[in-house]
Amino acid sequence: MASTTSSPNGTSPNGTSPHGIIGRPVSRIDGPLKTTGAAQYAADFHLTGTVHAVPVQATVGNGTIRSLDVSAARSMPGVLDVLHHGNIERIYRAVPNDPSATVSETRPPFEDNRIYYWGQYVALVVAETLEQATAAAAAVQVEYSAETPSVNGELEPFAGKWHTVSSRGKVDDAFAAAAVQVDQTYVTPVETHNPIELHSTVASWVGDSVTFYESTQGVVNHRNAMAQILGVPRENVTVVTRFLGSGFGGKLFPWSHCALAAVASRRLQRPVKLVVTRTMMFSNVGHRPLTEQRFRIAASADGKLVALRQDALNHTSMVDDFDEGCGEATPYLYSVPNLTVTSALVQRNVGSPAPMRGPGAVPGLFAMESAMDELAVALKMDPVELRLKNDATIDESNGQKFSSRHLRECLETGSAKFGWSRRTPGVGSMRRDGKVLGWGMAAASWGAYRFGCSTTVELGADGKARARCATQDVGTGLYTIFAQVLSEKTGLPFERIEVLLGDTTMPEGPLSGGSWSTATVLPAVAGAADNAIASLLQIAASTPGTPLNGVDAKTLRLTEGRIHRSTDAPAQGVPFESVLAAARLNGVSGDSTSGSAFEDPKTKALSMHSFGAQFVEVEWEPEIARLRVSRVVTVIDAGRIINPRAGANQIKGAVVMGVGMALLEETVYDPRNGQPINGNLADYLMATSPDCPEIDVTFLDYPDYALNSYGARGIGEIGLAGVAPAIASAVYHATGVRVRKLPVRIEDLLQSEIREA
Amino acid sequence: MQSFSYSKAQSVDQAAAAGGRFIGGGTTLVDLMKQGVETPKMLVDITGLPLSSVETQPDGGLLIGAMVRNSDLAHHETIKAQYAVLSQALLSGASPQLRNMATTGGNLLQRTRCPYFRDTSYSNCNKRNPGSGCAAIGGHNRMMAILGTSADCIATHPSDMAVAMTALEATVHVEGAKGKRAITIADFYKLPGTAPNVENALEPGELIAHVTLPAPRKGSKQVYLKLRDRASYEFALTSAAVVAETSGGHIRFVRVALGGVGTRPWRAHEAETVLMGKPATAAHFRAAAEAALKDAKPQSENGFKVELAKRCIVRALTTATA
Repeated sequence: MASTTSSPNGTSPNGTSPHGIIGRPVSRIDGPLKTTGAAQYAADFHLTGTVHAVPVQATVGNGTIRSLDVSAARSMPGVLDVLHHGNIERIYRAVPNDPSATVSETRPPFEDNRIYYWGQYVALVVAETLEQATAAAAAVQVEYSAETPSVNGELEPFAGKWHTVSSRGKVDDAFAAAAVQVDQTYVTPVETHNPIELHSTVASWVGDSVTFYESTQGVVNHRNAMAQILGVPRENVTVVTRFLGSGFGGKLFPWSHCALAAVASRRLQRPVKLVVTRTMMFSNVGHRPLTEQRFRIAASADGKLVALRQDALNHTSMVDDFDEGCGEATPYLYSVPNLTVTSALVQRNVGSPAPMRGPGAVPGLFAMESAMDELAVALKMDPVELRLKNDATIDESNGQKFSSRHLRECLETGSAKFGWSRRTPGVGSMRRDGKVLGWGMAAASWGAYRFGCSTTVELGADGKARARCATQDVGTGLYTIFAQVLSEKTGLPFERIEVLLGDTTMPEGPLSGGSWSTATVLPAVAGAADNAIASLLQIAASTPGTPLNGVDAKTLRLTEGRIHRSTDAPAQGVPFESVLAAARLNGVSGDSTSGSAFEDPKTKALSMHSFGAQFVEVEWEPEIARLRVSRVVTVIDAGRIINPRAGANQIKGAVVMGVGMALLEETVYDPRNGQPINGNLADYLMATSPDCPEIDVTFLDYPDYALNSYGARGIGEIGLAGVAPAIASAVYHATGVRVRKLPVRIEDLLQSEIREA
Repeated sequence: MQSFSYSKAQSVDQAAAAGGRFIGGGTTLVDLMKQGVETPKMLVDITGLPLSSVETQPDGGLLIGAMVRNSDLAHHETIKAQYAVLSQALLSGASPQLRNMATTGGNLLQRTRCPYFRDTSYSNCNKRNPGSGCAAIGGHNRMMAILGTSADCIATHPSDMAVAMTALEATVHVEGAKGKRAITIADFYKLPGTAPNVENALEPGELIAHVTLPAPRKGSKQVYLKLRDRASYEFALTSAAVVAETSGGHIRFVRVALGGVGTRPWRAHEAETVLMGKPATAAHFRAAAEAALKDAKPQSENGFKVELAKRCIVRALTTATA
């Protein structure tokens, strides 16, 4: 995969980055641990006395358990316990709508004998070895009263209640009166999160306290939820996630297996390890729900939007109301006087959906940007020009100013880098090397958020700086963000910096989701470092026998790890660790807590979002219906990029995920029993290395100082937004086939009237 | 727990007499044992047998040992130069890691990817439980076969290698209690009919020792074309292996075999009949493709395979006669 990265507007935040570590493309500090296998993921914790738990899954998608016979399983070698609805001790529900303790499923495991979806856990076998537990799980005999599950992939006709998400003007009248109209329905399929690290829990009770070694995107939330579910005080629960093999949203909140492992450990008073299998990942730990969205979009003859209406359905489980939020980006992306967004949920016999990278906006933008492309075709207008013509200067959904919006520059820069001016609009009109080319594009957006965060920074007598925070690095580079700030503040090289994350005994940090981690942790770690340094300088100014004793602390600085007078060069100062040693201190620390943007008067009045533009080329061989994405140019306006190397890596990964979303991924349910029938990595198709296009990533790098003093927003999801509609539009340009139901399949492409290149 | 014994055979005779399931690279068998689909009581490891050579025969043909790894075979100089269709087919299959393990004999015995065969929670699978029915019929069937199916089984044969060997008219050499037998690849694979559990001509205890390929046809061109949703690591939606020789713009020799569409590696005799002696033109290629698929019986989700297979044949013939 060829790729390039650039940041044309790169500036140093606040002009205070002594050796430019902020904004520098640095390698991730945890890289060596991962490449050598030394990084410990949840399932890598092998505690003395560990036993293994294996769930038994329902083989019907709807019904009740008529009988459950564990006698054979119970008597098998090594089996210690078999849990099920008939013998489970009390596990509580988590408090509804408590934002500090969110769970993925309202219904705790084994609450009753009802089966709501195929694969639901009906029993848990615990044995000395994994093999013994697996064998005994297969020996549990369950009989069901089964009914046909509802896994229908069509959500209309829908007769239930719609909820209005956003509304202005008179959309239906304006649509009816408009010169040019598009009225189409777009469908995105169920997609399954497939992080390579399986969901894993190691639960260990000692006395009345429990420690979880978890694969979670939120150690603090996990602790709080588990305390409620297990009925113990928060201080009796510790959650550790040193490294995560990614989650994509599927590991944000606890699933049933976490509580089951803990209950088993409490009963047996031994550590219990439970690793969810890949097959279970397709039924029991979330998915992006099926969406079906009708878009009505209308413009004047010269391409000015006059009406935009989105009615979005998504499926949910029988026991949880999961709103995908497909209207996320619709109300503010373009200028349009008449707009209505509504949504509703349709129940199906599936496990609870979960947020998946770019929830709401990503499927929502597939529909809206596909509709915009159809509108451009109907107007005989260039699709980039259509977006530029309808660019918004304020957030028209609430009248707020944008904190920083450069969608226009994303479109123009992307257009120039891609060579869009060479595009000829006719279907199948572009050829190269015996193939038809299709060029498509789409705009992208994702929210910008900052939550509360506490961090401690310590300067040690060993000459090292350390940060501690109960957040977690999901594999994207958060450890390195902390290290960059510590290096900026102290002047120490990475070799003398340690970052400790993923442990609830540390100060509370954020959940890793919504692209908010970087924006959230920056103020806290910077503040804690400043406070630690201030204490250090006071000690330097008041420790007898050291060179700076008696100097006014206000005139002292810490540079390159040395304390010196502001008027002197760092080399004339003293190493900070020597001052600590002379003061007989092990170290000095500073704490800082930063607040949420939702409670900040400065940010509450602003509309804060990231923006982007995706330009895509597909190569189409009509003779054999072979279509591949060959080239993607992506331009991202996500504030100041703290580490462009890790940042570009995230964007490229998201683009590849977009290729999968557009062309490959779909979880298929057998209509007879509701089983995800392609639940493995051979039959559920994701992009492989040869499917990766050439990717050109550009960060505009305009700092958004409303969000934090570094001007950073976030980049976890924006790279995926807009990729699928840009590909679908390129497919139309190449083949003349408009695919409104993802993924684009060979079945669709065979309908093309272009039969040879 | 399903326990089994394991022994390593020192000779072909010893292996054949052992009475267990043979294990080579294990890329199919171990997978299916984990799924509970295969439950052998005894595994006989045959990777130590002296069946790992590729040798040119006195008649100009090639003898391939059953233990030759797929990677080694694909990159063997003689295979690349004289049996290119086989090298291409091997390299289009699985992943490098799997090809490094998988053996020639094991690949021939590779079992279907039908999800209902691979999941023992479905009791109705005529391959696993003869007479129990077929869960795939009426289920998710996009990847299923459209040629050679029966009312009892619609599972697709998964191998790419065997499709190329079918076009090359390979012979499978087996050894067992009754001595040595040579079976043409056409006779080796069975249609499912009313007994989908019987997939090939092997008798109990018989071991594949070698595969022989006839001498390469001078002047022929060979092509393996595989069509699938993604660019790598996916079983074929449809594939075509073509060996063709033209002179004066006419087709003098042609062999066509199809993958991804049949319940066994599919020799398209009808296509060959249409083509023999005819000018190598697009119209004849399309007529050959129509003939090859005239008996296709698609399921509810895989009707597209009929047209896709035709286009695959046309493109492979076009390339092989260019």
